[in-house]
Amino acid sequence: MKIKSKKAVIGDWVFVLICLIVSLICVLPMLNLLAKSLSGSEALVRNEVYLIPKGLNFDAYEQVFRNQKYVWSFVWTVILTVVCTFVSLTMSTLCAYPLIFERLKGRNAINVFITITMFFNAGAIPNYLLMQKMGLLDNPLVLIIPSCLSVYNMIIMRSFFYGIPDSLRESAEIDGANFFQILWKIYVPLSKPVMATLALFYAVGRWNGYGDALMYVKEEKFYPLQLYLFNIMNNSNKMEVATQEGFSSPGLAASMKAAVVMFSTIPILMIYPWLQRFFIQGVTLGAVKE
Amino acid sequence: MAKQEKLAEPTIKIVKRKTDWRAYFKRYWQLYALLALPLIYLFVFKYVPMTYVQIAFKKFMLNKNKQINVWTMPWAKNNGFQYYIKAFRDRDFLYALRNTLVLNLKDLIIGFPAPIIFALILNELPFKGYKKVVQTIAYMPHFLSWVIIGSLSLQLFAQDAGMINMLLEKMGFEHIKFISESSNWVRTYIGWGVWQSFGWNSIVYLAAIAGISPDLYEAAAMDGAGRFQKMWHITLPGLKPTIVVLLIMNLGYIMGGGMERPMALYNNLVMDKADVIATYVYRVGIRGSQFSLTTAVGLFQSLIGVILILSANFVSRKLGERGIW
Repeated sequence: MKIKSKKAVIGDWVFVLICLIVSLICVLPMLNLLAKSLSGSEALVRNEVYLIPKGLNFDAYEQVFRNQKYVWSFVWTVILTVVCTFVSLTMSTLCAYPLIFERLKGRNAINVFITITMFFNAGAIPNYLLMQKMGLLDNPLVLIIPSCLSVYNMIIMRSFFYGIPDSLRESAEIDGANFFQILWKIYVPLSKPVMATLALFYAVGRWNGYGDALMYVKEEKFYPLQLYLFNIMNNSNKMEVATQEGFSSPGLAASMKAAVVMFSTIPILMIYPWLQRFFIQGVTLGAVKE
Repeated sequence: MAKQEKLAEPTIKIVKRKTDWRAYFKRYWQLYALLALPLIYLFVFKYVPMTYVQIAFKKFMLNKNKQINVWTMPWAKNNGFQYYIKAFRDRDFLYALRNTLVLNLKDLIIGFPAPIIFALILNELPFKGYKKVVQTIAYMPHFLSWVIIGSLSLQLFAQDAGMINMLLEKMGFEHIKFISESSNWVRTYIGWGVWQSFGWNSIVYLAAIAGISPDLYEAAAMDGAGRFQKMWHITLPGLKPTIVVLLIMNLGYIMGGGMERPMALYNNLVMDKADVIATYVYRVGIRGSQFSLTTAVGLFQSLIGVILILSANFVSRKLGERGIW
């Protein structure tokens, strides 16, 4: 190893500094929000809160937890996310696994059938009318079924399956295992990394998505958290709505809004760092695509 | 001579073996059983709506039983193109079309190089642990929903209570209308897009950089190449295939875009530059019930999208790079 020149060392520190600034830009908006959620209402009304809470208190969070509508929306979204992730993972596996058998007749036709759906989308209105016709409008299932298979994610899984040596399944076939057993005993246990990746993708997609709910769901009790937040944000200037939602004063309203947003983000922020290894692999597999 | 040639003809005939379908299905039915559910799903939720696009050329109405039947609706005027004519005479649609293109193009120009530059910078960091922390932080915005980002945007950029404007005021400057004046709004919209995606999109480039042989760097160092020379002559050429494929593919999506991002970020004051096709379809179609008009608009968008993506793929292959399939 050569000893670095003085110029190189200074250069290194310049890059360290740039990365520090970039990281700060990523974090500061969240810090501002956190500070607002923990500040007293007088400081908020007087526009004095930057990155450090002023008049530290947890009233806003207390109010949020007392708000039945919000708590239900949170619980409902957790349920939705868990169910969606499970259903979508199952569907992706069901779709990806048979397609790795080259002997499967009609495999090319099936692949074309699947790929077309990636490139041509009928559009929002035909989809909406289909939901209407199937009686899925205002039905909680509309948040699960129409998005239960992402072809893109399925392809990631298929790429991963291709990476599992053929000899494993061939020897299992010789030993008399049927295709269900090969899937369940060989492919599923070996695919934990890709399952974790796709579980994260599906879970984040459901947790963060609100477009489908905005179009298909009118009944408030089925609103996922993000749609609930969206409505609060969009009605921010109407005081009546704010008081309806339980915000008693403008200062508290501001800190409560911040608290609601903070609390809705925390689950994902707690999870993603631990899955980093997996999603990096997933993104790379997705970019390779066979 | 002629006779000899005839003799040389191959005598072995290639017999195409006939499949014994019954035996085949007895052995492989399980695979088809597994595929059934996904294929039914795709048929119902992706292909059935494709038959609904004919609403774009028909006058939308319910049949006698108050049901939607796209096959029995009467054709629209002007050989079915009534709604296309209407759309292209509609100022709102033309704005939405322009905004879709402009916003996506600006996104591409600013947002595409950002992850490449970030990956190059990360690659120069001398400390492994620090690099890991920076990466983790940079991936964070990708996991925030657009609603949350919309609320962050308000917190930072609002006219009075936004943090930036509070700072400006403290330092004795005028407030800036970051989100209530259209051209500033476009900047914040693009900015949030970069903020949300640069870290995540750098993953692919970092993986590509990791695949570059370290020998190349060593050889370059021997020849006395400096940091930027190595970047320019080794890292960037190593990234070129990835950059080309992703750039072409991104160009293919220039007509696309969902409604979640603009809807979470826009407000009534900036609609002239913020309303895109997706939000137009939502507002006029689903809220305004003008189904034929908005199906026509959606079909227009989808078709242009398909053409762009197919030609992007074609170009990508012509350049000797991998296509997307």
